[in-house]
Amino acid sequence: MTWAMFVQHALNGLTLGSLYALIAIGYTMVYGILRLINFAHSEIFMLGAYFVLWGITLLYLPWMVAIIAAILVTAAIGVLVDRVAYRPLRDAPRISALISAIGVSFFLQNLTIVAFGAIPREVYRPAWLENPILVGEVRVLPLTLFVPALSFLLMLGLVWVVYKTKPGLGMRAISKDIETSYIMGVPVNRIISLTFGIGSALAAASGIMWALRYPQLQPVMGSIPGFKAFIAAVFGGIGSIPGAVVGGIILGVVEIMAVAFFPDLAGYRDAFAFILLIVILLIKPTGLMGARLEDKV
Amino acid sequence: MGPKAGAILNLLAAAVLGLFLWWAEDNLDGYMIQILNLIAVNIILALSLNLIYGFTGLFSLGHAGFMAIGAYVCSILILAPEQKEMLFILEPAYDWVQSAQAPFFVAVAAGGLAAAFFGVLVGVPLLRLGDDYLGMATLGFAEIVRVLAINLPRVTNGALGFKGIPDHANLWWNYSWCLFTLFFVIRLIRSNSGNVFKAIRDDETAAKAMGIDVFRHKLLSFSIGAFFAGVGGALLGSLLATIDPKMFTFVLTFNVLMIVVTGGLGSITGSVLAGIAITVLLEWLRFVENPVFFGEWELPGIPGMRMVVFSLALIFIILFRREGFMGKREFSWDGAVRRFFRKAGPHGR
Repeated sequence: MTWAMFVQHALNGLTLGSLYALIAIGYTMVYGILRLINFAHSEIFMLGAYFVLWGITLLYLPWMVAIIAAILVTAAIGVLVDRVAYRPLRDAPRISALISAIGVSFFLQNLTIVAFGAIPREVYRPAWLENPILVGEVRVLPLTLFVPALSFLLMLGLVWVVYKTKPGLGMRAISKDIETSYIMGVPVNRIISLTFGIGSALAAASGIMWALRYPQLQPVMGSIPGFKAFIAAVFGGIGSIPGAVVGGIILGVVEIMAVAFFPDLAGYRDAFAFILLIVILLIKPTGLMGARLEDKV
Repeated sequence: MGPKAGAILNLLAAAVLGLFLWWAEDNLDGYMIQILNLIAVNIILALSLNLIYGFTGLFSLGHAGFMAIGAYVCSILILAPEQKEMLFILEPAYDWVQSAQAPFFVAVAAGGLAAAFFGVLVGVPLLRLGDDYLGMATLGFAEIVRVLAINLPRVTNGALGFKGIPDHANLWWNYSWCLFTLFFVIRLIRSNSGNVFKAIRDDETAAKAMGIDVFRHKLLSFSIGAFFAGVGGALLGSLLATIDPKMFTFVLTFNVLMIVVTGGLGSITGSVLAGIAITVLLEWLRFVENPVFFGEWELPGIPGMRMVVFSLALIFIILFRREGFMGKREFSWDGAVRRFFRKAGPHGR
């Protein structure tokens, strides 16, 4: 393998990894606060991409407007899902909310099939994202630089919200102890809605960039990236935002590199992440950066 | 009513079922018989998941994986060698795959045992995990099985799968296995082990404090559940006559989970009733997805509608009736008789 090819694979891995990381943040924030695996998150990711398509083809919106509108609508749907399907189950056994989440996931996926058919749709890509730039021997698509850069900006914004603003303080308080936060006057339900909104917006952004990178839309397109992002969140330490970012990027790079170095294993690509999940859960269930969650009596 | 009378009534009920099947075989069309067959298979699957999740509290999402193992093992054993030679066009089968042969009953049991073996294999490391993590890890297991099925073409014929699997799984076989599962699970639940399962489900820490070997009982429940999931998968393969890796996705697990939750976690009666109701509904809603013709007018089918309805139903049940139809209640002859006489007797309404 030449040096140029290696750099190219690394960049591809970084792109894929930052897309995983954006989704993983949503999983990790919701899990940190509610101890709930938000199964519907992968469908939120898919909806983000579909809404852009709808905005452009049905409402004739310009590109940028369609993208911003899609992110806002997807965030609203994320909040709505929590409001309708999870909030009534806050006091129920934890698995009830998980089953509800599985139901929501299938509902959104099949609703998209009903609305748009199961047939994959091509995505139109603007030319300025497609023409490769030559840096020495390395051919780089502008997209491969654009995706990690934008993802990085979004993550910086998130870190600012979580660590520098008052709602962010509320999020951190709730993730430590939801009941005490409530007593201390944190508007728990509003903060949880905000968390779902932010997580869904990031997933939508990831979905839109995913559609530009792999230009095909399908109602089931969210499942595999969604699972892998969840695995990335567990790998990084569920509940930890930096963990989700690091986990996502490592997973993306390793996945691309593994296939590049061992092309024979390409067929096992999707199994790799699940094996990783099982191994982490067994060896270090708290992940790279997670805090210990004790089993309280 | 003594236990003897109950046993006699059970036998009578089985005889009535037998009479019904005998009648159905000659008088119902192929489509109806197929639905009856699917009901039996779905009841087996629901009972196996209910044992794992409803009675022992192990949130497992790996059913599709166990079913795939059962279906592939059974199909390899009942496909004729000539058929296998025709099927494996990508790469020839390994010799042991090519030559493996067994009668149908042995093949189904072998499918179940293979699934149970894998149940032990993944159960030993995974059952230490808590509820939602266990769910994700078992889901991962099911996906790994599917990826393996695609990537081991000399055993599974890769993405093409098997076609023309002998359709041995008729009403008699399916309902015999179904009754056996029912009988076995009921006996197990009423045994001491069954009580231990429920104790673990209700409070694992307390069970441990009482000196129960929690891990061993979890493993027992999990592998027995895996066995019956494998049996269900084996029967399903023979019933549909075709299997491929695409069939064993998460949707399959979702359907079984749907039946168990609807019927009531920890209710065998619930699983049986919901198994019947949901199988019929799933088939009945199929027409929504196909185009309907009114003379020259065509109302296009709506693909995906079936799962929209079912996922909504699951959300509603979890939100508004979390205990399902039956809760943890069970049907019993005593209860039925008491209710009947109370209604009909002089003191009733």
